[in-house]
Amino acid sequence: MSNVPANLKYTESHEWVRVEADGTVTIGITDHAQEALGDLVFVELPEVGKTYAAGQESAVVESVKAAADVYAPIAGEVTAVNQDAADAPESVNQDAYAAWLFKLKPANAADVDALLDAAAYAKISE
Amino acid sequence: MTQKTVLNEVHRKAGARMVDFGGWDMPVNYGSQIEEHHAVRNDCGMFDVSHMCAVDVVGPDAKAFLRRLVANNVDKLTVAGKALYSAMLNDAGDVVDDLIIYYLNDTTWRIVINAGTATKDLAWMEARRQDWGLNLTITERRDGNNPLGMIAVQGPNAKAKVWEVLPQVKTASEGLAPFFGVQVGDYFVATTGYTGETGFEIALPAADAAALWDKLAAAGVAPCGLGARDTLRLEAGMNLYGNDMDETVSPLDAGLAWTVDLKSERDFVGKAALIANGQKAQFLGLVLQDKGVLRGHQKVFTAQGEGEITSGTFSPTLQQSIALARLPMGVAIGDIVEVEIRDKRLKAKVVKPVFARNGKAVI
Repeated sequence: MSNVPANLKYTESHEWVRVEADGTVTIGITDHAQEALGDLVFVELPEVGKTYAAGQESAVVESVKAAADVYAPIAGEVTAVNQDAADAPESVNQDAYAAWLFKLKPANAADVDALLDAAAYAKISE
Repeated sequence: MTQKTVLNEVHRKAGARMVDFGGWDMPVNYGSQIEEHHAVRNDCGMFDVSHMCAVDVVGPDAKAFLRRLVANNVDKLTVAGKALYSAMLNDAGDVVDDLIIYYLNDTTWRIVINAGTATKDLAWMEARRQDWGLNLTITERRDGNNPLGMIAVQGPNAKAKVWEVLPQVKTASEGLAPFFGVQVGDYFVATTGYTGETGFEIALPAADAAALWDKLAAAGVAPCGLGARDTLRLEAGMNLYGNDMDETVSPLDAGLAWTVDLKSERDFVGKAALIANGQKAQFLGLVLQDKGVLRGHQKVFTAQGEGEITSGTFSPTLQQSIALARLPMGVAIGDIVEVEIRDKRLKAKVVKPVFARNGKAVI
């Protein structure tokens, strides 16, 4: 069984989203996603300052066997990226919720509310 | 409906992640495919290859049949047990399948063909047998009566582990040179493989395969999935049917010229087309110079024109991405070319298509 922390929001495309105190959101891929992909060997992060629409391809994670797009869960501007994850892609396998990929400043803070909660995500990732 | 090998339950109990591979429900990994890869390069790992199909070719005309059927020349096989890698071609000179032929005696041969192509191959062989009016039987040993299970045990410690678990095969298999097979009781033990490491491929009655697998696992042999099998074979520069060549590709354009015998007078299916068409492309290796992962079907831009990656992956041994690619004539080893990955063009170095063998990088 994969790990689905209760305090996060999720997408059907297997990103997790955490709302920070400053109103930005931190984004990564779920434990279920890393497990399905297998050993990650490459992470391509977005550029800070770039803006994305909800559902737009914003990062790429590649395992030995496959490449997978990471989609912006909500619209917003990239405020930070986790270079450590790009330098050590295996850290995403080790702890997918610690190894975040990028942070967005939401175009509309309320957009987060429409994302899946842990119970709903646990159901679709069974 | 996917097919299952006799070891399917064993894989599922071990928690393997299963995938559909050519219609077969097979383990892709049991945890980390990179760890499985390193186990084979540095110690010992095993693969369920029971989805591949052994075919016994037996009868007075068996040799005459094989001389016409495949592009390599079975006349090279004169010592009992010796194996030969070959392509089987269609009339256009393109690859129906690649296979290994074991010579047991002049009237008894065993061929091992790929899983996904087995039905097509058997129909092709049977049709040629009838066309040529030859006296032999072609008997597949996977799906019908007397099915075989096959386990490949590979790595520097593979042979010692097999002898620990199957002491009865030690005497007969100890002196086997590479690319030989020997029948010892119920076990057909061969020094072939698909990893670039030493080891054995063992064919045995399917009903006994799970017990052997469990004993090998208990002896410390790491179960390995198709994921590691693919990175190992790619590092070793071995072709994968369906990726690197298929029914539209000449063996001369897939790096298999060394397996095609055009010197002897012998005629074989596809020979006339091969001679008429000649070589049209080169099959070479690529090592990515930037970060990223090379994959099949990515375009390669060279000074001589466009080429294509046929297989690409991340090499756990080199810690870099590597690929096999079909490139225009004139591209040379050492050239720097560009590969299109998503919207970027990344630099890659052209190398001989062998990246790692026997535990070590060779580029």
